[in-house]
Amino acid sequence: MTLDKNKHADFYKSMLRIRRFEETAIEAFSAGKIPGFIHSYIGEEAIASGVCGALEPGDLITGTHRGHGHCLAKGMRMDRMMAELYGKATGYNKGKGGSMHISDFSCGVLGCNGIVAGGIGLATGAAWGNQLQGNSRVVACFFGDGAMNRGSFHEAVNMASIWSLPVVYVVEANGWGISFSTRNAINLVDLSERAKAYGIPGVSVDGYDVMAVYEAAKAAIERARRGEGPSMVVCNAPRMRGHEEGDPQTYRPKDDIDKAKKNDPIKRYSEFLVAQSILSKDELKAIKQQVEEEVAQAIKFADESPYPNPEEALQDLFVEEK
Amino acid sequence: MREITYAQAINEALREEMKRDQRVITLGEDIGGIGGNFGVTKGLQEEFGSQRVRDTPISEDAIVGLSLGAALVGMRPVAEIMFSTFLGCCMEEIVNQVTAIRYMSGGQCTIPMVIRTANSLGRSGAAQHSGRAEALIMHIPGIKVVIPATPYDAKGLLKTAIRDPNPVIFFEHAMAYYGVKGEVPEEEYTIPFGVADVKRQGKDLTIVAYSLMVRKALEAAEILAKDGINVEVIDPRTLVPLDMDTIIKSVKKTHRVIVASEECETAGVCAEISYRIVEAAFDELDAPIQRVATADVPVPFSPPLEKYMMAKTEDIVKAAKKLMA
Repeated sequence: MTLDKNKHADFYKSMLRIRRFEETAIEAFSAGKIPGFIHSYIGEEAIASGVCGALEPGDLITGTHRGHGHCLAKGMRMDRMMAELYGKATGYNKGKGGSMHISDFSCGVLGCNGIVAGGIGLATGAAWGNQLQGNSRVVACFFGDGAMNRGSFHEAVNMASIWSLPVVYVVEANGWGISFSTRNAINLVDLSERAKAYGIPGVSVDGYDVMAVYEAAKAAIERARRGEGPSMVVCNAPRMRGHEEGDPQTYRPKDDIDKAKKNDPIKRYSEFLVAQSILSKDELKAIKQQVEEEVAQAIKFADESPYPNPEEALQDLFVEEK
Repeated sequence: MREITYAQAINEALREEMKRDQRVITLGEDIGGIGGNFGVTKGLQEEFGSQRVRDTPISEDAIVGLSLGAALVGMRPVAEIMFSTFLGCCMEEIVNQVTAIRYMSGGQCTIPMVIRTANSLGRSGAAQHSGRAEALIMHIPGIKVVIPATPYDAKGLLKTAIRDPNPVIFFEHAMAYYGVKGEVPEEEYTIPFGVADVKRQGKDLTIVAYSLMVRKALEAAEILAKDGINVEVIDPRTLVPLDMDTIIKSVKKTHRVIVASEECETAGVCAEISYRIVEAAFDELDAPIQRVATADVPVPFSPPLEKYMMAKTEDIVKAAKKLMA
């Protein structure tokens, strides 16, 4: 697939935004500024960037506990995201969601989800609503390989298949469910074979390769938009860091981690762009500069924003009666 | 006025709301072709088509999960979960998704969806088909709990539930579908949430009861009347929101209270209502509040066993005599 220069620049910027957001959030977390925990998207940048790069602005997504990348790739602002991670009033969810539950309905992000497979039912239902309304919106539903063993996955994917719903299931196969290897959790080498059981197309791609992800996602999204039903795109992207920040990964062979780091998708992609003379080093540098400014601004915004008023804890449960 | 069954009242509410609002859709197991396991949705698929009245596979988790997603994009789904015991198969969606998404988002979205389900104690369904699940759901912040006793209440409250912009669970009763008939006007009406109904006026004793226990409370009231005990029966009709004002007003008149429910005794609706009475009107009570509920065991199959563990009319009478002694 031949992509124009702007598309490549967009991918590079999207991946870098995610990487730098995560690195900065991890620093802030280590400094005690971010409560709770952080599941970083580092190493999976190509997946959200490739998939969201194939979506139209009106399309919808659901994310996971490891969801910062999904939000950023779909176009959410870094500053309000960082403020949400801090638990500040200016965060997207006014401090009620935090890292694992960020959402921006105006941007088509129906929420990250702290329950493994928790977003699959609602993503599929949003696709059902879109189908009933006769619009051409597609839902991209992100989840990890761990989610493939939840009953919610099975029930929703089957329902999408029998009803030909416009949804694309994007499996971020990082190889681990906290400490449990997917090799021991699923008796398949190629996880996309699961799709056959539901009578839908399934494909596996290198989740470190943004162009491969984009190409597979684009085909699945176009198919969904034509009304031909759901697909599954498995993106294999070995986890580059621990399950969450602070996880020493004692359960994992060191060479497995080293191998993942050696294949760093951003390093690989930037080398490719320069080698192929698609973008010059200076052009990459200029993009880097933009991203650095955005990150610095996000941290400043989060640092300076106020916490919510404590009594707001009791608000937003029900829609106020008219 | 015409009399119709509880099942018919629910059917009419669904039909009227689906006619009124194109966004209203319904889904569940067997609801289309055969009109539901209990025949409550009979005729709806013929009238509104198989897209809006959707038969689903046996997938309770997806029934609720998909309803949530459809609600988030502006539809108004009414999900049927055949028996309230089957809520166990979709509890994750209710506890962590439906009730949490709006709050977690900081109020960004609305979730106008209804889950209809049937309690079913008293028909030898044994533990897995004799639901009594309202306390389980009442414990979860973020969902309104509606539990009507009569056809009139069922119709008016279901219409309100479908129009509500929030998640609502609507507990029907399998024993009431064809076992309870009542007056329902031809013309349209709705009943607001959080307004209890005084099912019987009295001055000596208050019985707070809902769902099928209302009928038992009224039977007990007739028996007690023969002994000169004048019973008031209050049906809260919705447990979330709960109309304590009407209950407290009655307590201030009678000074004696029984709270009756088909729920398990422990940590149930009776306990919650009792606490709120004590909190608001302790000094008004002439005797300790009596609880009539169902024993803390899974529901047994054999009729004598089931009857023994259930909250019965005679249990209410017994509690009343204790209170009046």
